Amino acid sequence: MKYLDEFNDPDLAKRLFDEIATTATQPWAIMEVCGGQTHSIIRNGIDQLLPDSIELIHGPGCPVCVTPLGMIDKALAIAARPDVIFCSFGDMLRVPGSHQDLFGVKSMGGDVRVVYSPLDAVKIAEEHPDREVVFFAIGFETTAPPNAMTVHLARERGLTNFSILVSHVLVPPAIAAIASSPTSRVDGFLAAGHVCSVMGTREYGPLVEQFGMPIVVTGFEPLDVLEGIRRTVAQLEAGEARLENAYARVVSDEGNVAAQQMLSTVFEVCDRQWRGIGEIPASGWRLRPEFDAWNAELKFDVADVDAPESALCRAGEVLQGLIKPHECEAFGDECTPRTPLGATMVSGEGACAAYYQYRRLDVPVEVATGG
Amino acid sequence: MCLAVPGRIVDTRDERGAKMGTIDFDGVRKDICLAYLPDIEVGDYAIVHAGFAISRIDEESALETLRMFHELGILDEELGVTGGAE
Amino acid sequence: MADPSTGAPDFDGWSCPLPLRHTERIVMGHGGGGRMSGELIEHLFRPAFGASGELHDAATVPIPVGSSRLAFSTDSYVVRPLFFPGGCIGDLAVHGTINDVAMSGARPIGLSCGFIIEEGTELSVLGRIAEAMGAAARAAGVPLVTGDTKVVDAGSGDGVYVNTAGIGVIPDGVDIRPTRATPGDAIIVSGPIGEHGVAVMSQRDGLEFGTEIRSDTAALHEMVAAIVAVCPDVHVLRDPTRGGVTATLCEIATAAGVGIEYEEDRVPVPDAVAAACSFLGLDPMHIANEGKLVAIVPEAAADDVLAAMHADPHGAGATVIGRVVADHPGVVTARTRLGARRVVDLPLGEQLPRIC
Repeated sequence: MKYLDEFNDPDLAKRLFDEIATTATQPWAIMEVCGGQTHSIIRNGIDQLLPDSIELIHGPGCPVCVTPLGMIDKALAIAARPDVIFCSFGDMLRVPGSHQDLFGVKSMGGDVRVVYSPLDAVKIAEEHPDREVVFFAIGFETTAPPNAMTVHLARERGLTNFSILVSHVLVPPAIAAIASSPTSRVDGFLAAGHVCSVMGTREYGPLVEQFGMPIVVTGFEPLDVLEGIRRTVAQLEAGEARLENAYARVVSDEGNVAAQQMLSTVFEVCDRQWRGIGEIPASGWRLRPEFDAWNAELKFDVADVDAPESALCRAGEVLQGLIKPHECEAFGDECTPRTPLGATMVSGEGACAAYYQYRRLDVPVEVATGG
Repeated sequence: MCLAVPGRIVDTRDERGAKMGTIDFDGVRKDICLAYLPDIEVGDYAIVHAGFAISRIDEESALETLRMFHELGILDEELGVTGGAE
Repeated sequence: MADPSTGAPDFDGWSCPLPLRHTERIVMGHGGGGRMSGELIEHLFRPAFGASGELHDAATVPIPVGSSRLAFSTDSYVVRPLFFPGGCIGDLAVHGTINDVAMSGARPIGLSCGFIIEEGTELSVLGRIAEAMGAAARAAGVPLVTGDTKVVDAGSGDGVYVNTAGIGVIPDGVDIRPTRATPGDAIIVSGPIGEHGVAVMSQRDGLEFGTEIRSDTAALHEMVAAIVAVCPDVHVLRDPTRGGVTATLCEIATAAGVGIEYEEDRVPVPDAVAAACSFLGLDPMHIANEGKLVAIVPEAAADDVLAAMHADPHGAGATVIGRVVADHPGVVTARTRLGARRVVDLPLGEQLPRIC
């Protein structure tokens, strides 16, 4: 595919690997805060081919995995109602709440449907005026404009049987929380390219200033990821800390202005719990009060549903590279990919899940701390 | 996060007030929402996430990046320097 | 109806053959065992299947001389939608069971079919499915010899479910099973992967997308016979249906206690399959195939087996993708395009589009 194949070229990748190896003279820890980049790194084995001095720490980059337990329980309670058609992205169906997941609700008779686009949920609401249709609006800044469009259209079209359960999370506050942790080992960040395609790059300048670390806006294909790493290493070696854009074909400084306007119309900033990490101030979006009529939390009276996070889970420390997954007491016992306690085991690419999988190999496999 | 892939806009239309269109991903065609790229035109490439075009791809910039990759390391090769990566 | 020259089904203008009472839909009585059941068999199934023999509780099938072992397999088909680009539940049910039987190295000699039909299903829909089954069975040279029909209340089923079972005879000296995978063996895939799953997904509610991709549904017993003819010592044959090639390789590695390594850039993935998987967030290696097989053969025989597969219409794209190794028993690894090696795990369950 155009714009994918060219950025997958193994020969050019070799040049980038060589360049990084030549540049890196000391150990550096670089964190990507994007599940798509984590996926690309693991899928292509980029971490294995980097010089030993470069450590990739996989940050909390998967919005599905960091959706708090309490919010999943709210979703399960709503989805179980006989009057509800509950629509969700496919990723959320296997994410366990306190007692079960959406597949479990479906097996008990709940009408749970997977949609590709949030607009499909709006369409289902229009086709079933006698049913309540609820869409589980999760995601980072990239997914927020599609999700925001649903309530905008519902209001325009006078749809009263549609609502959304919002659990949006934001990347810059997560980077700030990690960078400001006194125990953080991160030397530089790769910023998530698609988040920046919506929000632009301006939010990241102040973070660079505040923490004195390079941040490089990075894409997803192997060459894009390598270019992000190359530029970060080059800055670190030169003792610099700048904001750079290594994904300029998709990301502009100002981002997508039309999408930003819709976001500010529909959402407002709020504090948010991150599964396995805890509360990060001003790290989420919720619906503005003008959209109360389309707010599923209010409509179905589940605002009080909450669930304590596992006391055993040490995902927060794993995510910061402070402990290896197997150093957590719950690892492999109470916590496995089938019975995950925290974000890092929920996702197949989460640090703990990846460690659990690689551990089965007899050959010693280098698993990046947190990876 | 945020799985998004590039495709080429094949047609655009207005559907009850929302700008919609068809995008072609290498032979696979999908209806998507173009409301966030009001200026996008047929033939343009865009990044699509969850059924929405979220960013127009800048061809010039893509070519520039690739050109830079091609030039990387050429000087080293001429000088006989080799990198240490596997 | 079927085109007599090619055996290919032609459903344009299909109409229900009279006299099937004055109903255009399945009613409970069609499963009641009485006159209406008889009419359904006599006027819909038997003509579609080309069956003419005496009606009885069991079919009798002669066993070819020189065979001492039977292969026996059953599979149920619940595909939705019932009709998809390149096929329908009917030909899928015939091909699928023929293939399951053939993966033991057997030559299939007879099939059964069981229908569970939801009340209210249009007879024309059932007719098209039965015609497709008959055409597929005739083209494969494997007769549908016995069957059964049940009707369930409207709302209790999803249109039509089909079960087929098949019997085949295994040539003496042939011993094909997963546990025979041996370090050093070559792993061959018979052609481009992922077409069936992508074709079905393209028609599914909420996912619809346009594509030229058609299901690869096909009977592979002729190809298996050709493989066995050049390499009677073929170790493993499997059709990579649900869970795709990845699930097949993982199951073989576990069963045989061997490691499996393949090269990602050797796996034949059609552009449109790659494109569909890319926007849905799926892995082509996890997508179902219905007309492909994975063959694991001694390295020395790999070229002969490949040549035999290339000579078959369903094996033109056959290619070696990897090998069986003694390292990391039970684990499948892939060599990525960049040259790294990663562990490949069994897909967890149903393939769902993802956003991250």
